Amino acid sequence: MRTSLLVAGFGGQGIMMIGKLIGECVFEEGINVTFLPFYGPEQRGGTASCTVIQSDKPIGSPVSEELDVLCVMNQPSLEKFLGRIKQGGVLITNSSLVDIHSVERKDIKIIEVDADRLAYQIGSKKIANIIIFAAYMAIAKTVPIEKVKAIALTKLGKKPELVPMNRAAFDAGVQIAIASQC
Amino acid sequence: MEQIFMKGCEAIAETAIRAGCRFFAGYPITPQNEMPEYMSRALPRVGGTFVQGESEVASVNMVYGAAAAGTLAMTSSSSPGISLKSEGISHLAGARLPSLIVNVMRAGPGMGTIQPAQNDYFQASKASGHGGFRTITFVPGTLQEAVDLTYLAFEYAVRDHNPVILAPDGFIGAIMEPVTLPDFKEIPETPDWAAIGYGKRGHINLIKSGGATEAEQQEINESAAKLYERWTREDVMVEAYHTEDAEYVFAAYGTSGRICKSAVDELRDRGIKAGLIRPITISPFPYNAFKNLDDTRVKYIIDVEMAIPAQMIEDVKMGVEGKIPIETVLSSGGNIIRTSDIIQKTEALVKEG
Repeated sequence: MRTSLLVAGFGGQGIMMIGKLIGECVFEEGINVTFLPFYGPEQRGGTASCTVIQSDKPIGSPVSEELDVLCVMNQPSLEKFLGRIKQGGVLITNSSLVDIHSVERKDIKIIEVDADRLAYQIGSKKIANIIIFAAYMAIAKTVPIEKVKAIALTKLGKKPELVPMNRAAFDAGVQIAIASQC
Repeated sequence: MEQIFMKGCEAIAETAIRAGCRFFAGYPITPQNEMPEYMSRALPRVGGTFVQGESEVASVNMVYGAAAAGTLAMTSSSSPGISLKSEGISHLAGARLPSLIVNVMRAGPGMGTIQPAQNDYFQASKASGHGGFRTITFVPGTLQEAVDLTYLAFEYAVRDHNPVILAPDGFIGAIMEPVTLPDFKEIPETPDWAAIGYGKRGHINLIKSGGATEAEQQEINESAAKLYERWTREDVMVEAYHTEDAEYVFAAYGTSGRICKSAVDELRDRGIKAGLIRPITISPFPYNAFKNLDDTRVKYIIDVEMAIPAQMIEDVKMGVEGKIPIETVLSSGGNIIRTSDIIQKTEALVKEG
């Protein structure tokens, strides 16, 4: 069983952090995983994306033409990658910045996460990516969510002042994911 | 042994330290910046030295100096940066100094793009500088292999008194995947040949990257040629995957190699007998792996590279000796090879019959 995820957005939105954290959690669960970043020469403002492949077999290609899950943090990423989601796949959007009215596909599940606005309410726009990360992990269910939380908060522990906010962001993401599946 | 989830460039750097490397000089260039960044933090902790040189040329010559003084030394760069270092690499080979050069390959020629590619095959395997020298050149296909080969590279460099090149494509440099790191090696004592002045030894060594006379230079070349010859007998590394009954054999290395491996599995699921020859050393090249293919069974060799025009294909042709037709699946510019392109190409060849 091979699943592919692509996370995309502006440089500076913490795209790589989302992918890396997912990779770390899946790795800790003993599943084969690769994380491959893709970014241009711009430091900020350009498009950044990363691919996470999970598999029970050794992983050949670290990218995938067809996606099981697409996470988009901005509008250009939605337009660029929407067509690559498999039938029955999942689209997770940062609905603060992404408008899905133009999406005509009926064969995918869409989960909207108002990540930027929620992050702002919690206290920092910097943690929008953690909300999206938590939402993805709660939907994917490949790793028990409490274990995910413990791994993520350890990894994010380098900035202790942000830990309470990261914890709140994580919980918010999980809640949205659970609500979306009701 | 414990596995960790690590980024390509960082795993290579950490392994170099574990292999005994205590000097690194480099100059920033994408996509290998994580390597000097890692070294700048990690080397001082083990008593080593990190220098960000004022240029690529300065950096490679600092490696020459450190290696001449008997320290295990390395530099890393990416394609255009390796071109700048090529004069120094030639001097390292001319003076027969153990060292490691890592080229995290990006798209070219010229500035190219900062995205991963395999455009430096010729440079890495045949001409990394002037003067017709050779190096052992490794092309890892996974991060674990990159780690294992980095460790081995220092052993070979010391064994042969020669620079070794590790040429991962940019995907291997950027990827994160689980790896097991090797143990820390004891740092060897300063070798007797090192140029460190008289010290307590009562003699000085002179290290130079050329002969004083025509005769001496020819002797140097002949001795190096013997070494290169020995590599072709003893040090060729290659993975043959499902080649025993294959009718369609891919030739691919690095990330293209691992992609072909999954294409082989997929094609076999569809009833097509596919196989893969994946060179792990491109110098010395595994010519025999191609030479030994049964040309009454193998219908096509499909050379898969992230380089346009194809480069490794020249060596594949030498191995095949014209006995089996060769087709290609290629990409460049930073575009990764698509598994579907490989499969479509193979299926089209099968249909042709």
